[in-house]
Amino acid sequence: MSAHHDKPVSVSRRSFLRQSAAGGSLLALGLYGGGTIAALAQGQAGAGTGTEFSPNVFIRIAQDGIVTLVSKQPEIGQGIKTSLPMVIAEELELDWKDVRVVQGDLNPAYGPQGAGGSTSTPTNYENFHRLGATARTMLVQAAAQTWGVPAGECRAERGAVLHDASKRRLGYGQLVKTAAALPVPDPKGVQLKDPSTYRLLGTRIGGVDNDKVVAGKPLFGIDVQLPGMLYAVYVKCPVLGGAPRSANLAAIKAMPGVKDAFIVEGTENLNGLRPGVAIVANSTWNAIRARKKLQVQWDEGEGANHSWAGFVAQAQAAARQPGAVTQRRDGDVDTALAGAARTVEAAYTYPFISHASMEPQNCTAAIDPKDGSVELWAPTQNPGAGQALVASTFNIPKEKITLHITRSGGGFGRRLSSDFIVDAVAIAQKVKAPVKLTWMREDDLQHDHFRAGGFHFLRGGVDAAGKLVAWHDHFVTFANRVEQKESDGTTGSVLRPGSGASLSGDEFPGRWVANCLLEQTPLECRIPMGPWRAPGSNVFAWVFHSFIDELAHAAGRDSLEFRLEILGDADMVAGTGERGVPYNVSRMRNVLTSVAEKSGWGKRKFGRGQGAGVAFHFSHRGYVAEVAEVTVSKEGRLKVDRVVVVSDIGAQIVNLSGAENQVQGSVIDGLSTLMYPSLNVEKGRIVQSNFHDYPLLRMPDTPTRIETHFLKTDYPVTGLGEPVFPPLAPAVCNAIFAATGKRVRELPLSKTDLSWS
Amino acid sequence: MPGDDRLDDVRIQFDHRFPLSGQHAGVSKLHHLRRQNAVCNKSLVLRARFGLRCPSLCSGNPKTEDMSKYTLSVNGKAQTVDVEADTPLLWALRDTMGLVGTRYGCGVGACGACTVHVDGQPARACQLPVSGIGKRKITTIEGLDANAAHPLQQAWQELDVPQCGYCQSGQIMSACALLKQHPRPTDAQIDDAMAGNLCRCATYVRIRAGIHRAAEIASNGKDKK
Repeated sequence: MSAHHDKPVSVSRRSFLRQSAAGGSLLALGLYGGGTIAALAQGQAGAGTGTEFSPNVFIRIAQDGIVTLVSKQPEIGQGIKTSLPMVIAEELELDWKDVRVVQGDLNPAYGPQGAGGSTSTPTNYENFHRLGATARTMLVQAAAQTWGVPAGECRAERGAVLHDASKRRLGYGQLVKTAAALPVPDPKGVQLKDPSTYRLLGTRIGGVDNDKVVAGKPLFGIDVQLPGMLYAVYVKCPVLGGAPRSANLAAIKAMPGVKDAFIVEGTENLNGLRPGVAIVANSTWNAIRARKKLQVQWDEGEGANHSWAGFVAQAQAAARQPGAVTQRRDGDVDTALAGAARTVEAAYTYPFISHASMEPQNCTAAIDPKDGSVELWAPTQNPGAGQALVASTFNIPKEKITLHITRSGGGFGRRLSSDFIVDAVAIAQKVKAPVKLTWMREDDLQHDHFRAGGFHFLRGGVDAAGKLVAWHDHFVTFANRVEQKESDGTTGSVLRPGSGASLSGDEFPGRWVANCLLEQTPLECRIPMGPWRAPGSNVFAWVFHSFIDELAHAAGRDSLEFRLEILGDADMVAGTGERGVPYNVSRMRNVLTSVAEKSGWGKRKFGRGQGAGVAFHFSHRGYVAEVAEVTVSKEGRLKVDRVVVVSDIGAQIVNLSGAENQVQGSVIDGLSTLMYPSLNVEKGRIVQSNFHDYPLLRMPDTPTRIETHFLKTDYPVTGLGEPVFPPLAPAVCNAIFAATGKRVRELPLSKTDLSWS
Repeated sequence: MPGDDRLDDVRIQFDHRFPLSGQHAGVSKLHHLRRQNAVCNKSLVLRARFGLRCPSLCSGNPKTEDMSKYTLSVNGKAQTVDVEADTPLLWALRDTMGLVGTRYGCGVGACGACTVHVDGQPARACQLPVSGIGKRKITTIEGLDANAAHPLQQAWQELDVPQCGYCQSGQIMSACALLKQHPRPTDAQIDDAMAGNLCRCATYVRIRAGIHRAAEIASNGKDKK
């Protein structure tokens, strides 16, 4: 067996913080203590070697001028490992070629580290400016002190401080010793750069790991290799929510290379450590091939009754009754519908789907036999939650759980869950060796925390002037029964809808229609659900903007003008629902009118089988409008010819290359999710198992023209991982209707015959 | 022929899967490959569907219980691995040789994340048992270029192609095979050659642009960065 030459670079056992302390910084300053700016003493031992200047836990400047920046957020393909360091580099006046970015471990000194909800940028943007500006202020002061001139006469530029009057220059590396001896100023008081002087922000910077990506270097969780490591697979009950009773463990243990095989009891939590059978071997393949011989007697549990066909029947029955919960009731929908000039009724349906990140779930765990402490290497979006779940599941104090965040081969919300992390810990505890658990693709698709399916039963009406006057949605959704502590201390069980599977009372066009009823009925199931890129929005936008389109056509109105009329003249509409947030209508009007202009809306005449559609959506702090132009062949084959995207995500695009990549990716992912993936449920099992029966869009279906526009506004900077996704599907479906007269009311698209003659 | 039932099952699923995509004419290729006696059930269909060119590599039934030493030619070096005969090259590369750039995505030849070259032809490493490789020369992403400066690797960085990056070594290996066949490929040739490689982040626009740019770099004989 050959040696493992390549050690994962991103998974050093020493955290950056420890390196930083050992490297002798006097004081490390975190901006995140308890959510407020706080100084964090990093230990005085070893201070004063003076080889590095490290004014806070995110920045280390060496004497050769190389600057090491910590990326605190998990990198899942959203580009945060490049963009947040760019913010520091901008304020610190660094030459980007002098920057090295390292991934931070899970560490309270970094503040919250979850990458979800497109929040990594908005929650860190201001702080990262202050981190960089603090370091710059100190370096300027160090140079001024060295030269004996006022700091105000000095300025920083491209990794150096300059004194123009005397034409003197000192590189940051030369200032390390002096700067390291200075007190760290309050970051709240440091002067930030004027955005008009930005050199880096808004430019195109390639991903910091691109060189390793293209060379096939170890980067991802699945690439982790430790000395003496064993390899595991974990087999869960095909019926979701079930558990193993017994298995042919002796026969499995006799298979080549198998080191152990055992049943893990697991917990009741559908999103936690599920019961299963672990097989541990000396290679991934030997674990997989032993698994093929595994025979398990399962206790399938109540989930065995589930079927998609059964759910459809339940939903249709529920639709004939009032909803179990009323999210919003404005005016009187029934009276308004009775008095409407035209009404439309329609049912919209979408299936359960998987995340299908390219890197299947995996985690490497090592347990210290002496004190039971846990060291983890995980491709996770939510390292803090992972640590917390390990702590609560195994009763281990958090201080004894170290978590190294590896790069993730895609996230899409899947890795906000931590089930695969506790799986790995349960297995490593038993075998007393470091273990890498790899979920097979089949596990990954069938034991996901799924995007919930759903059913919307809609009624709407327009008056004689073609104005929307009535809107009724009865949403039949999915929920798990969970134990919950009551206020009186007793425990009861409640039905909790899956992530993104509950309607907000403010869901558009709630708040804009005088007679509006939004109600919801949950169907109980044992299917685990979790956040999926733009939770809720990823299907609600499709349902509601498709139905708005139906009403616009019923009213004989231009569908874009009809939408502008619904939005109305107010600039802000306050949030009213339980999850309601203020809606900046003027921002939405602006992206909508802009996309009309950029796409030439209404100006082009389309032939038969061609058409354009529009949709907009506000989610994750971003305002986005999209126009799609499509061609549908007589045989019903869809080709998306052009997509125009106008986004308002605030005052600054951080990395133009990354932002454009997110827009293109969101558009194509939106199209893929519209066209292909669908999970069927039979006898409590997910029917589909791999990419041969769970297809995703590939190169031949990729639109050739995706036009990306950002409106620069005065609003706070925000993230772009999600908000472009939701409007794509309705824009395309509305274009399909314009082209063919066929309305798509069920996902995926293959359920609808689009042929025309 | 054993396996035919499953073969048909999978083929039916394919027809169902791509109802909108006329150019995915997998079935005729399937019959062609079957005539060539390349029998590999699901993976055969996937190869047919995605235009993969590795006939005969999956043929034969390797003994399943023999832990044996196999000497493979990987990136120009002889590497001896002591593994079960049916161990897919993918896992021998990753777990035994420590060459983790070849990535696991599906295990059934459907996603392309494990694409390597076998005697210069693209193949899915998850479908190649080490016992069936013999003296064929394996090239992985790590061996594509000594300085990781192949025109595709340059273009991928220049255009910032990756998002998460997980599939990109497979994408580059497929693209490399395409450029050998068509040094200046059309979009249609790119669609055809790259249809077997999934990118869940959907970086297809930049992959397409990256292939064109790499073709340009290669034809100039030097990097024009």
